[in-house]
Amino acid sequence: MANHSGKIFPTPTRETAHYWEGCREHKLRLQCCVSCGKHQFYPRSVCSHCLGDQLRWIEASGAGKVISFTLVRRAVSEAYKADTPYVVALVQLDEGPTMMSNVERCTPESVEIGMRVTAFFEEWSEEISIPKFCPI
Amino acid sequence: MTSLSGKVAIVGAADTEVGILPGVGATQLCVDAACRALSDAGISKDQVDGLVTCNSMAEPYMYHAEAIAEYIQIFPRYCISASAGGGTTFSILHHAASAILTGMCHTVLISMADTLRSGLSREQAMLMQSATGHGQFERPYGPTVPAYYALIAQAHMAQYGTTQEQFAQIAVACRKHAALNPAAQMREPITVEDVINSRLIADPLHLLDCSLVSDGGSAVILTSAERAVDFPHSPVYLLGVGEGHGHEHISQAQSLTTSAAVESGQRAYAMAGLEPKDMDLAQLYDCFTPTVLLELEDLGFCDKGEGGAFVESGAIELGGALPVNTHGGLLSHCHPGNPGSMFALTETVAQLRGVAGERQVDGAAVAMVHAQGGIMSSHTSVILGRETA
Ligand SMILES: [Zn+2]
Repeated sequence: MANHSGKIFPTPTRETAHYWEGCREHKLRLQCCVSCGKHQFYPRSVCSHCLGDQLRWIEASGAGKVISFTLVRRAVSEAYKADTPYVVALVQLDEGPTMMSNVERCTPESVEIGMRVTAFFEEWSEEISIPKFCPI
Repeated sequence: MTSLSGKVAIVGAADTEVGILPGVGATQLCVDAACRALSDAGISKDQVDGLVTCNSMAEPYMYHAEAIAEYIQIFPRYCISASAGGGTTFSILHHAASAILTGMCHTVLISMADTLRSGLSREQAMLMQSATGHGQFERPYGPTVPAYYALIAQAHMAQYGTTQEQFAQIAVACRKHAALNPAAQMREPITVEDVINSRLIADPLHLLDCSLVSDGGSAVILTSAERAVDFPHSPVYLLGVGEGHGHEHISQAQSLTTSAAVESGQRAYAMAGLEPKDMDLAQLYDCFTPTVLLELEDLGFCDKGEGGAFVESGAIELGGALPVNTHGGLLSHCHPGNPGSMFALTETVAQLRGVAGERQVDGAAVAMVHAQGGIMSSHTSVILGRETA
């Protein structure tokens, strides 16, 4: 496990614990509303479309496309400096929702809007694995 | 429903010194701004019965407005502080005007100041910056504030063919205006090449596409239109105001290239009974150059996707069809954080009073002042005029 100390670790909450448990098992989980059938991300206690409270967890395919991105040249903090330039991107999953992530395992300069990507997981600690994306 | 239009006016407006002010505290600057605005309005502190401030990062208080009231020993009936800046500053102006209209209070002092430049260490400033964004679903990926706005810029470039040079043109126009403003922090003229050749921070944003980090304070005094005529300066009337709230986190935005400035603008124009073409100038929130471009489109000054061509034509420079950020904006005048939008307001008052000196827009009678906060999240548009209608 590479050293990620000093980075901003997510703190799971009651609503998001199942998502982060999924990440630990290298599964990207989304919520799907039983009432309206729509998917949502980030995890919530109710459906953000219809406020239905019956939400079912599904495993997303992990595939999506880059809808925007930037190469961060000046890192947010010391712990991220070694990674510069790193790609911060918005990825729209094939299931619909959009999430922020890093696009890695490629040269940062090769990333472009519309690029197809798929999820992989980077282990930061025993508890936390971070979903990231790479080109398909 | 009673409309606010023409019923409330700004009767006092003033800024402190701005820029790099070591040895001056944020509380002290807030009080300084308040005193200057009272003096401009020709009233004593006891005539103020409403107080609005914003919290300071450098010298925060749990109850900031109450702390300022206590500091200058006033005892208002309406007292509130905003925890955020940007569009919130004008939202709270909207609410203060409503408070006057409903009789909650008669004369409101809005004073805001902070010392981001001298009052915080580099580490504190970094920590503050990294606090923007969703703790679980954005921040672990290492985004910076410029990176969030870069996502918007990149999407606009891909969708409409907007170029880095066009974004740069906005920084050039602001600097050109700042060169005419003795108070501005950065007055050395710059070119498009200077912007493009400055260090890349988060592609496509260069250092000179990013606003300043400053110390400074600014204050205005609002009262009813009936009372406003008794003050020494000509009143500047609130003709229209509207808000639009889209999201908090950029990863949850409905659109990256069209913002809730569309709704805030439409609501303000409808209240004022005016259209974009009626505006003699505009002050548009410019934390980063792309925000100005989106706001020009979303507020109807040009068609969607035409923002790049519009700024390239020189329209936003003094002498152009719609001078924008005549004081130099957050890009070149100053940006002390939460109080940032206030300087656009005091500049507009100077323009509408006709006392803006070398940067005066000839015959300025009606102006749009727009601010956004978050990451193109929360928008408020304000239309101000020399006449009530
Ligand atoms: Zn639903």
